[in-house]
Amino acid sequence: MFDNPELMKAIFGRLTLEALPLHEPILVATFAAVAIGGLAVVGAITYFKLWGYLWHEWFTSVDHKRIGVMYIILALVMLLRGFADAVMMRAQQAIAFNGSEGYLPAHHFDQIFTAHGVIMIFFVAMPLVTGLMNFVVPLQIGARDVAFPFLNNFSFWMTVMGAVLVMASLFVGEFARTGWLAYPPLSNLAYSPDVGVDYYIWSLQVAGVGTLLSGVNLIATIVKMRAPGMTLMKMPVFTWTALCTNILIVAAFPVLTGVLALLSLDRYAGTNFFTNDFGGNAMMYVNLIWIWGHPEVYILILPAFGVFSEVVSTFSGKRLFGYTSMVYATVVITILSYLVWLHHFFTMGSGASVNSFFGITTMIISIPTGAKIFNWLFTMYRGRIRFEVPMMWTVAFMLTFVIGGMTGVLLAVPPADFVLHNSLFLIAHFHNVIIGGVVFGMFAGITYWFPKAFGFKLEPFWGKMSFWFWVIGFWFAFTPLYVLGLMGVTRRLRVFDDPSLQIWFIIAALGAVMIAIGIGCFLVQIAVSIKNRDKLRDVTGDPWNGRTLEWSTSSPPPAYNFAFTPVIHDNDAWWDMKKRGYQRPLEGYKPIHMPSNTGAGIILAGLSAIVAFALIWHIWWLVIVGFVALIGTAIGHTFNYHRSFHIPREQVVETERERTQLLQTVRA
Amino acid sequence: MTTTTAASASLTEAKETPVFYVADEHDHPEGSSTMLGFWLYLMSDCLIFAVLFATYGVLGGSYAAGPSPKELFDLPLVAVNTSMLLLSSITYGFAVLEMQKKNVNAMLLWLVVTGLFGAAFLGIELYEFAHMIHEGATPQRSAFLSSFFTLVGTHGLHVTFGIIWMITLITQVWRFGLIEANKRRLLCLSMFWHFLDVVWIGVFTFVYLMGVLR
Repeated sequence: MFDNPELMKAIFGRLTLEALPLHEPILVATFAAVAIGGLAVVGAITYFKLWGYLWHEWFTSVDHKRIGVMYIILALVMLLRGFADAVMMRAQQAIAFNGSEGYLPAHHFDQIFTAHGVIMIFFVAMPLVTGLMNFVVPLQIGARDVAFPFLNNFSFWMTVMGAVLVMASLFVGEFARTGWLAYPPLSNLAYSPDVGVDYYIWSLQVAGVGTLLSGVNLIATIVKMRAPGMTLMKMPVFTWTALCTNILIVAAFPVLTGVLALLSLDRYAGTNFFTNDFGGNAMMYVNLIWIWGHPEVYILILPAFGVFSEVVSTFSGKRLFGYTSMVYATVVITILSYLVWLHHFFTMGSGASVNSFFGITTMIISIPTGAKIFNWLFTMYRGRIRFEVPMMWTVAFMLTFVIGGMTGVLLAVPPADFVLHNSLFLIAHFHNVIIGGVVFGMFAGITYWFPKAFGFKLEPFWGKMSFWFWVIGFWFAFTPLYVLGLMGVTRRLRVFDDPSLQIWFIIAALGAVMIAIGIGCFLVQIAVSIKNRDKLRDVTGDPWNGRTLEWSTSSPPPAYNFAFTPVIHDNDAWWDMKKRGYQRPLEGYKPIHMPSNTGAGIILAGLSAIVAFALIWHIWWLVIVGFVALIGTAIGHTFNYHRSFHIPREQVVETERERTQLLQTVRA
Repeated sequence: MTTTTAASASLTEAKETPVFYVADEHDHPEGSSTMLGFWLYLMSDCLIFAVLFATYGVLGGSYAAGPSPKELFDLPLVAVNTSMLLLSSITYGFAVLEMQKKNVNAMLLWLVVTGLFGAAFLGIELYEFAHMIHEGATPQRSAFLSSFFTLVGTHGLHVTFGIIWMITLITQVWRFGLIEANKRRLLCLSMFWHFLDVVWIGVFTFVYLMGVLR
């Protein structure tokens, strides 16, 4: 059977033993480490008999809080992978001088910079943002879950399966060597005939479905499920930014789906959308992908702005300055983010008028963003500021992000962009805003809401260590890139001729090492906090003297979030309740109607991953079988009409009685 | 005078502890957000079509020395095809009317008719495609044909899924009756079906009519 190439091809498609990268020692060692680590985790779960618990309580859970936590765990795991890629690049560029080829062959280096970008945006930043929104938004608006709890679970697993496909490419076959947006004609069949681009396409398509559905879900949640009294202009700012972000997701991700579908048609069906001949036009791809891509960066940053707004007002002990202008600034950014995409390729040659239009719209975006910065500063002004870890991240953000914003305005000037296009200056700029904005924001958010999710605070010492290494490491890693970019060094270079540049790359590599220590400190912080959880415990549910509704319930909140749906009179609802003598109700509980857990989400997502894998490797029979199974399972799921249950009154009474006792121990 | 009284009344009210929670709560009806959620999904789907329309708009004139719309499109055939889809939208409307009157059998009958019109539309479209490919106007021939087949084909794929969904719903209504959940699903499919009709009007105008004018 093994001698018959036709048969083998029918069964395995393009997949052969050669697809395993046994000839690359770095990958073999990585694989060994991952395999041993993976086996250890699986072994431990089996030994402690945790599979049932994980399956029933987490994997099949439709509870928005648990799904939110799982999103963030996924993001942190993928952060380690994406950061490993970053360190490898920094090391390569620091040593590849004076005739040295470095340690990475071109074939491998190109995959690393592609994977780094894809992973950091789609499987680190996106799950962090989505996870945080999932966890916080229903609590902030006084809801018991999201509008479509099953879809929420399904969305999460689609994101996981996208990540699984990217990880699989590390050990089975290879990843794209095209850069993170896979521009044709390089990504077309003529120049990338192997599986790399196919892994890229299908992992993003699978994850993209998840992102889109979670966007629909959260919009419906925010629009339809706010507690009585919470008008739009009484919504917490984080919820506002979440609403705008999800509108952007629903309005942008279909474009990504569409353009990747066209690229896959070029690759699979031989069409001529983006080819060099038969009338194809590669610039059409570049336009379309940035019509998704530019809103995407606002999808990431807006929730971070929301986090900073919550953190700044909580830790300054003041109402947020300029709530209304904050909301309008968010909405204006949402709209403008659609009118700037062309600034990513001023060099396309669309002419002075078009370039001026997009240059000016780009500059205009800095106005609402600047308004936000002033609002945060005025919130701090004459406030009683507590420099807890989330507040430190916020201050570092304001200092760092403003620089990133200014280099952005600089790049928005088309003539300047002609000089700096695709240079390391650009790389420094977008890391400046994504790390300084999104990553700092997510760390602030994680530290801020961690006690809500788990009932104990994160250990501040290691949090501060992580903070300082991250912030200083960031500046060490990216200032040299600004300098190099101004000197004209372009991105994605593997070796260098000019020895005078080396010192800058060495400094940047040291910065990466410092960030690595920062990430290490963050992991230590989590471990130490779990170990000392009794000392760090918060039983009040309101450890920071918070202002919004999520702090009115227990930490961790019960499955139903609120025993009674709150009524809102002010935009700092919980602050208002505390100030005006709110008494927690102690009787009159009722059974609570909740959605049931289901395994359909993980099964459907798993089948999608199988179909994607079969498509990547041209295993056609498996594509057909998997697709039929996928449709069949989806239809089968619609025959299940019993998707909810009631938490019995007694259980609610018992849960709330325990909370009453805990609260009494604090007061006593 | 009256305004002062009203103002002082609201002031005294503010001093009392206001109501901070709903004591007498009722279950939210299941699926109360479904219509909005489905609308949002449809708008996202609309954007996929927007991408395909834009691509056709840019590449639709790139014949690469191959056939042009004028040589390929058979307008009378497309007119028949369009009428199939428009009629199916009307018959779906009749099905929804019967649903409101709780006439299960009449509703099912109209759904079957709708499905048959949909199938007729698909059949004619496939015939058109086969005919074009037979003449050498394949999706690989030029960027114009790539974008034509993809735009029209994606619409056809949507109609196919709509028919699969319709068969599923016919089974479900037949087995479980016109329960709330099924009514909601019928209305979602109704939105989907009419949406495809609207998209087709765009295709008919932008691709076929304007293509022949080019």
